[in-house]
Amino acid sequence: MAHTLRRVVLAVGLPIVLVAVWWFATASSTSFFWPPLRDILGTFVETWWPDRLVGDVLPSLMRLLAGFAIAFVLGVSLGVAIGKSRALRAFLEPVLEFFRAIPPPVLVPILILFFGIFNTMKIVVIITGCIWPILLNTVEGVRGLDEVLSDTSRIYRLSRRARLWHHILPGASPQIFAGARQSLSVGIILMVISEMFAASNGIGFTIIQFQRTFAIPQMFSGIIVLGLLGVALALIFRLVEARILRWYLGLRAAQRGE
Amino acid sequence: MTSTPPAPATDATGARRDETTQPILDVRGLRKVYRSGDGAVEAIRNLTFTIAPGELTCIVGPSGAGKTTLLKCIAGLLDATDGEIRLDGELVTGPPKGMAVVFQEYGRSLFPWMTVWQNVELPLKEKKVTPAERKRLVREALAAVGLADVHGAYPWQLSGGMQQRVAIARAVAYEPQVLIMDEPFAAVDAQTRAELEDLVRELWHRLGVTVLFVTHDIEESVYLGQRVLVLSNRPTVIMEDVAIDLPDERDQLSTRSMKRFAELRGHVYELIQQSKRGRRPDAESTGEAV
Amino acid sequence: MMTTATTIESGERPTGSTPQRRTERHVPAGVLGALGLLTLVVVLELVPRVGLVDERFLPPFSSMVSALAQEAGTSTFWAALGATLTGWAIGLTIALVAGVVLGIVIGSIPVVRAATSSTIEFLRPIPSVALIPLAVLLWGTDMKSTLVLVIYATFWQVLLQVLYGVRDVDPVARETARSYRFSPLTTVRTVTWPTALPYVMTGFRLGAAVALILEITGELVIGTPGLGKEIGVAQSSGAVPQMYALVIVTGLIGVVVNLIARWGERRALRWHPSIRAEVG
Repeated sequence: MAHTLRRVVLAVGLPIVLVAVWWFATASSTSFFWPPLRDILGTFVETWWPDRLVGDVLPSLMRLLAGFAIAFVLGVSLGVAIGKSRALRAFLEPVLEFFRAIPPPVLVPILILFFGIFNTMKIVVIITGCIWPILLNTVEGVRGLDEVLSDTSRIYRLSRRARLWHHILPGASPQIFAGARQSLSVGIILMVISEMFAASNGIGFTIIQFQRTFAIPQMFSGIIVLGLLGVALALIFRLVEARILRWYLGLRAAQRGE
Repeated sequence: MTSTPPAPATDATGARRDETTQPILDVRGLRKVYRSGDGAVEAIRNLTFTIAPGELTCIVGPSGAGKTTLLKCIAGLLDATDGEIRLDGELVTGPPKGMAVVFQEYGRSLFPWMTVWQNVELPLKEKKVTPAERKRLVREALAAVGLADVHGAYPWQLSGGMQQRVAIARAVAYEPQVLIMDEPFAAVDAQTRAELEDLVRELWHRLGVTVLFVTHDIEESVYLGQRVLVLSNRPTVIMEDVAIDLPDERDQLSTRSMKRFAELRGHVYELIQQSKRGRRPDAESTGEAV
Repeated sequence: MMTTATTIESGERPTGSTPQRRTERHVPAGVLGALGLLTLVVVLELVPRVGLVDERFLPPFSSMVSALAQEAGTSTFWAALGATLTGWAIGLTIALVAGVVLGIVIGSIPVVRAATSSTIEFLRPIPSVALIPLAVLLWGTDMKSTLVLVIYATFWQVLLQVLYGVRDVDPVARETARSYRFSPLTTVRTVTWPTALPYVMTGFRLGAAVALILEITGELVIGTPGLGKEIGVAQSSGAVPQMYALVIVTGLIGVVVNLIARWGERRALRWHPSIRAEVG
């Protein structure tokens, strides 16, 4: 009981202190740039609920999820194909190294040329940024598949389909998830940036509008929304990962225990 | 030590004359050369032997004798450079039907993302066994290896010996004609090992399956087998095909303390020592160019 | 024959992992890789030439190269390159120092560690670009705006790795240090730091890549001096080949940064057991 209480205090203690510091430090602030936290929170609901939530946050999220999902499917499929073939891997490795090294946001101006400034462009931007960590990690995961397990699959004459679903994909899933987690944070960044560049709605667009019109408390509330969004997505991702990779976490714990 | 060396059970060509039935496994003139870069390594020079249906044969040889290479060729995981392997009359070109393999690395041959039940069931699904039949086979196989109560566990939650039991159950449920075991107990402790050896004998008796058991442990080979094929050093040929004329009922304590057991062990030991020193069987023409 | 067999024997492990040589390859990986790059160049050249893609959107590779050559002759390009690298280096250094110092302090004191973990978990996933409007408001297009982004994003990479590293310290070693009454500074120097070093180097490698991405992103979006800004300028003035040329440059810088970081990681850890074992 005391143990649980201690943990709760430790978990919420610092966040409360930090928020309190912010609150009181800015309480009597007359600085244009640092409005009181009271004002920021005061405008929070009226700023976002319900119009901007539906009109800006939701479209941003949809674009992010669409881009991420497409990048995931493409990255894993290509990654499996490349990971399975030594020749293909050697052939593509320098090219992939190069593409991965390009900072994804610089593709925004290029993609605007091709796709204009509409939804397609933003989704393609997210795809082109998200695909690399997933692709490269899948290649590594497939390459690192255990040879004994591969021999087992062959001995029991598993069909290609069964090998893909029961052997290759689960075997590479820890790496795939590691890549997907990186991709998700890249995706959020690109979601915001593509909207800052050119858009008529979205969180990134809205925050920049607030900044340009010097609606400072609203701008801060936007930053908070973005922060909450990042935290929420990371949390959801962790839950999904913990569920799908339960076997892996257990396996690792068992190996460490030995 | 070896007062009465047993006579070889086969003639020089390795074919059994006393068999009337067709051999289940027929290895003829098997040769395997690895090419790496600009060099070539002859792992297996010339192996010819047959195994009759229902036999329990042990293959023993010094480490690096190409035991695993031989096994992988038989299992269709590696292509032979020369010669041919027939399983029940059919040429082996890839992993054949009706063959199961239990690997040494139990921790790496089970799918860690599947439960014990799913691991045993997967090959049966691929064989298109009906669900009801599948259920029966998996349950029986797990019961046979003494794991009736861990269906839902994951392999990594089990001890090493239990994991190897799961691998054996998977092989047994698959109902193979030939069961190959590649040093399956090299990585488990001595106590578990003795239990698993008796389990193999028991399953073999009960199911009438042909077993090919590869080991580097001389005692194990004599204790388990009806027949022990002793391999030479690399490039591998057969040193001798030793018939194990011990009573069929074997027991860790009494069998191992038999005078005959000691003689056979001594004989196989002597053969292994010779092959480690590089002696080749007289039948093989030495010094031939590759 | 026998000699070949015995020398290569150790290479072939008899424990079931016999290399499968069905698909023997005689073309070395390097040649294939070069072929891959060549193919990319050829595709980039041909696709616009044969009209598969509008040349206004994707100029042929050769015009990208000539644009790059032209760029390389201007002082603007070199100034931009210098600004990017300077911003990257400063941001990375600050983040590295802050991450290592805070990581060791937080990681070494259990209470602090427990008290900060929820906050770190919360702050880490906040996208760095959320700070862009605030930075613009405070510093406009001054280099500081981008620097803040770079430091923020890179700091978390380093901090987390250092925290992992400090957690990895052998409890026995820690107890030993305590029983000999080492001062906290000595403990850090002799016990914590050597254990955490591999993790610090990983943090450095990850951080170097992230810092570069955020540096160029900041330049592009905010308009602080650097290659990112030049890309933005090229885009708005319709200088498409220049834009592609600059994007290629950022990619090349990224490749070089990755190579240097990996090389540095290996070099700094050459004495370390985990690397030594790998080398054999």
